[in-house]
Amino acid sequence: MGNVTITIDGQKVTVPQDYYIIQAAKEIGIDIPALCYDPNLEVAGACRLCLVEVEGWRKLETSCSTKVREGMVIYTESERVVNMRKEILQLLLDNHPNDCLTCQKAGECLLQQYAYRYDVKFREHDGARRPNYVDTSSPYILKDDSKCILCGKCVRTCAQVHDRKVLAFAGRGFDTRIVADGDFTLEESSCVSCNRCVVVCPVGALVDRRLLGKTRVWDSQIKGVKCKACDYGCNFEVISKKGKNIAVRAKAPSQGRPLCLKGRLTTEFIYLDEPETPYKKVNGKFVEASWKEALELDGIFEKLVEEEKKGVGAE
Amino acid sequence: MMTIQELNEIKERTLKTMELRLQKKDTGKHVLICGGPGCHSSNAGEIKEVFEEKIREKGLDDVKVTLAGCFGLCETGPNVEIYPEGIFYSRIKVEDIDKIVDSHLCKGEIVEELLYEGSIEDGNIKPVSEVDFYKKQVKIALRNCGIIDYENIDEYIALDGYQALAKVVLEMTPQEVIELMKEANLRGRGGAGFPAGRKWETAFKYPADQKYVICNADEGDPGAFMDRSILEGDPHSVLEAMAICGYAIGADQGFIYIRAEYPVAVHRLEVAIRQAREKGLLGKNIFGTDFNFDIELRLGAGAFVCGEGTALMESIEGKRGMPRPKIHRTAHRGLWGKPTIINNVETFANVPAIILKGADWFKSIGTEDSPGTKVFALGGKIKNTGLVEIPMGITLREIIFDIGGGIPNGKEFKAVQTGGPSGGCIPKEHLDTPVDFASLGKLGSIMGSGGMIVLDEDDCMVDIARFFLDFTVDESCGKCVPCREGTKRMLEILERIVNGEGTPEDLDRLESLAETITEGSLCGLGQTAANPVISTMKYFRDEYEAHVYEKRCPAGSCQALLEFFITEDCIGCTKCARNCPVSCIEGKVKERHVIDTGKCIKCGTCMEVCPVGAVIKR
Ligand SMILES: Cc1cc2nc3c(=O)[nH]c(=O)nc-3n(C[C@H](O)[C@H](O)[C@H](O)COP(=O)(O)O)c2cc1C
Ligand code: SF4
Ligand code: SF4
Ligand code: SF4
Ligand code: SF4
Ligand code: SF4
Ligand code: SF4
Ligand code: FES
Repeated sequence: MGNVTITIDGQKVTVPQDYYIIQAAKEIGIDIPALCYDPNLEVAGACRLCLVEVEGWRKLETSCSTKVREGMVIYTESERVVNMRKEILQLLLDNHPNDCLTCQKAGECLLQQYAYRYDVKFREHDGARRPNYVDTSSPYILKDDSKCILCGKCVRTCAQVHDRKVLAFAGRGFDTRIVADGDFTLEESSCVSCNRCVVVCPVGALVDRRLLGKTRVWDSQIKGVKCKACDYGCNFEVISKKGKNIAVRAKAPSQGRPLCLKGRLTTEFIYLDEPETPYKKVNGKFVEASWKEALELDGIFEKLVEEEKKGVGAE
Repeated sequence: MMTIQELNEIKERTLKTMELRLQKKDTGKHVLICGGPGCHSSNAGEIKEVFEEKIREKGLDDVKVTLAGCFGLCETGPNVEIYPEGIFYSRIKVEDIDKIVDSHLCKGEIVEELLYEGSIEDGNIKPVSEVDFYKKQVKIALRNCGIIDYENIDEYIALDGYQALAKVVLEMTPQEVIELMKEANLRGRGGAGFPAGRKWETAFKYPADQKYVICNADEGDPGAFMDRSILEGDPHSVLEAMAICGYAIGADQGFIYIRAEYPVAVHRLEVAIRQAREKGLLGKNIFGTDFNFDIELRLGAGAFVCGEGTALMESIEGKRGMPRPKIHRTAHRGLWGKPTIINNVETFANVPAIILKGADWFKSIGTEDSPGTKVFALGGKIKNTGLVEIPMGITLREIIFDIGGGIPNGKEFKAVQTGGPSGGCIPKEHLDTPVDFASLGKLGSIMGSGGMIVLDEDDCMVDIARFFLDFTVDESCGKCVPCREGTKRMLEILERIVNGEGTPEDLDRLESLAETITEGSLCGLGQTAANPVISTMKYFRDEYEAHVYEKRCPAGSCQALLEFFITEDCIGCTKCARNCPVSCIEGKVKERHVIDTGKCIKCGTCMEVCPVGAVIKR
């Protein structure tokens, strides 16, 4: 595959010709705001925040879904682009709860970050808003619909694992929502609590419930670890505060690293000082489980003990 | 398998049975009953049965009765035509049939009181072809509608059906077909007007193990039924054209994406596909060549956005009908990633005629930039509502006043809305604009798929914009931010304005939202959603301002802004004052009464009870 050379904000860069503009920009350290783009997911073109101006083109183009072409001259922060981003962010904020003070996502939230970057504020108005529906049925995931910006990343990442496809869009237009299996709570649905969706959610609409209220990102140390429960070796983060490991969360799933609940619990068990009670889904209900059950060590554990005993006897 | 000889035999044989209708023979009679969408929803089927029964009773064996596709004049349906004279009866009820059979069919005496009103001029009875409504029309896409029996493939074949397909597969190379289509410059009739030939060429050029042809029969514009009429009245023309397209680009599979709310069209397409397969006109080795082509139906759930090409393909692929970003052209990577042609029903319906009659013939109709014809569904405040096919380039005035018969009830024309929710309103001063893609675009509207809604002095332009936006807000798929969030905010503002709560800032906000939505949205739905607002703000800004600054609706249509007022005709009978539920009318006996508009709840009681009509709304 050949290369092409393009100019972004006055800098020349040579990239493979199947690159999207946003990827080329990243190569030279230009960060184009993007809420729905994720290099590991199918391109959606939904948030429209990544619009850029291409010299000689009539319309603004989304950099996440426009391929580079030889000689392209691109402006990522022109006045026209910035105005459009402000308008789009304002539309999002006009339909978003003013909850950054206590939101678990604060500090890592992309909407918050971009609103700051483009100086767009929450404001009062008496128009319609997203219904304030919060799904607390899962001990692992808090789903707060009122904060959802419908980027669709959760839907796409969930569908990437064979047989999952739990999440989907429902309703239309302003009433569009993300639902699990038609319209069930996460508990009733076929969700396997892998937390892939939580990891990709750019805002506080899907958060890891086992982190809730424990710490803020700027208050804690984060260390990357690899899951030891199976060969995939998915990435997790151990979060610690005051020298104590207080929580584990999944990191972005990548190609061939699917994430799963058992892996998460195993990682919790290994690293956390005081691991919280694990829950298992039994017939569509979350029930408390022993660690032995949660890590699926039943039988194995007894056998291990037996083997050890045998080993002692044989010696 | 069908050979060209067999095709010609069917043609000759069937043509004989149709001569009367085609006015080529004048013994015997042929009764044609309109089975189009408007008339069918009334009781064309029953009318046909009663006709047949009466004719049997009278022993008239040389009279044939046929249900045909839409005649166009839906306003006056159920419609009946009698050939060879071409006499047009309208608003036919079952009780009227006796009379028509007794006098017209038995004695040859025309039943004047049942005639379509437009067919009598200066005391003379005109045949249907001379009626104003039809005179200025030129039929290409609708050439067979209302003439052939839509469930009989032989009648389609009789009128040169499948000759174009035969010509293409037996005598032409795919390149030649594409050249001919490019030369004819047939532009897409589904809205955007992209030249079909160029699109086909792109799909032809990309080699692939599989290619697809899709007919877009989603037809989601409110009030539009052009495509439906073609599918119901002449389904084979679309099947034939899709096969021609398949031959040209190298596809062997076609899909017709049609909304499930069109059960009649779905049924007729099923019948047509079955008949075409039985005759070997679809399937393997068409006309004995190695060209294979088959067509399947895919039913849509009736979301407007599913008419958008990429959403339509998502839907066929079994996903939620949401548009996808256009990274590649559909003709390059479309359905299941394969080269795909999507054309509109009417676009396809033109194709066989172009193949048979040539590009020069096609270009002799219409304008240079927009050759051919366009079908419109005329609606709103117009005398002849219905379906018309006009040559491109005739003016809006000709369509509305000559063909459409003008505005009923002596009202004044105000504007015409073309292009449905994606289009705009065109005011009086531009009535002489020719109808073609570029001219309508320049005025801030679009040709669209062919909705044409006429508005008169009683229509409030802010409310019209609100109406279309309301539709868009409902139909937005919710995927992208500008459309999902922006159209809702715009609608909220328009609702405020028609309720008399608009502020001057609202007008600025409307303009900036319109820009964001137009420029920022992912698909055509959002990109054009603001057009009704932009065009009404451009041509009727005074109406917006009257609502906002004076809390007044100049058209007298916005209920919230109306005031009840007692004129000097008041005789002081006190009836209104006694009936007013909130006692806001004052006045002495035999003196003019006055309404306290601050307290009035606009219930209208005073207007109803006033014996001299002195209470008005203004
Ligand atoms: C929101 C939306 C709805 C559309 N609906 C239809 C439709 O119902 N029928 C149609 O033929 N084209 C529709 N189109 C246009 C199609 O995207 C496409 O341009 C067309 O089918 C191409 O065929 P043509 O070139 O023959 O017109 C729609 C476009 C948009 C953006
Ligand atoms: S999701 Fe982001 S923007 Fe919304 S409240 Fe939480 S931190 Fe603030
Ligand atoms: S946790 Fe996993 S299975 Fe459950 S919805 Fe999220 S991605 Fe899907
Ligand atoms: S829940 Fe999060 S990831 Fe899913 S659509 Fe909403 S904002 Fe995007
Ligand atoms: S998270 Fe699950 S899939 Fe990933 S490595 Fe651990 S056990 Fe394996
Ligand atoms: S413009 Fe509207 S209909 Fe089109 S993708 Fe965006 S939200 Fe959906
Ligand atoms: S409209 Fe009703 S409330 Fe108003 S003055 Fe007339 S009767 Fe009274
Ligand atoms: S990142 Fe490009 S549209 Fe969302």
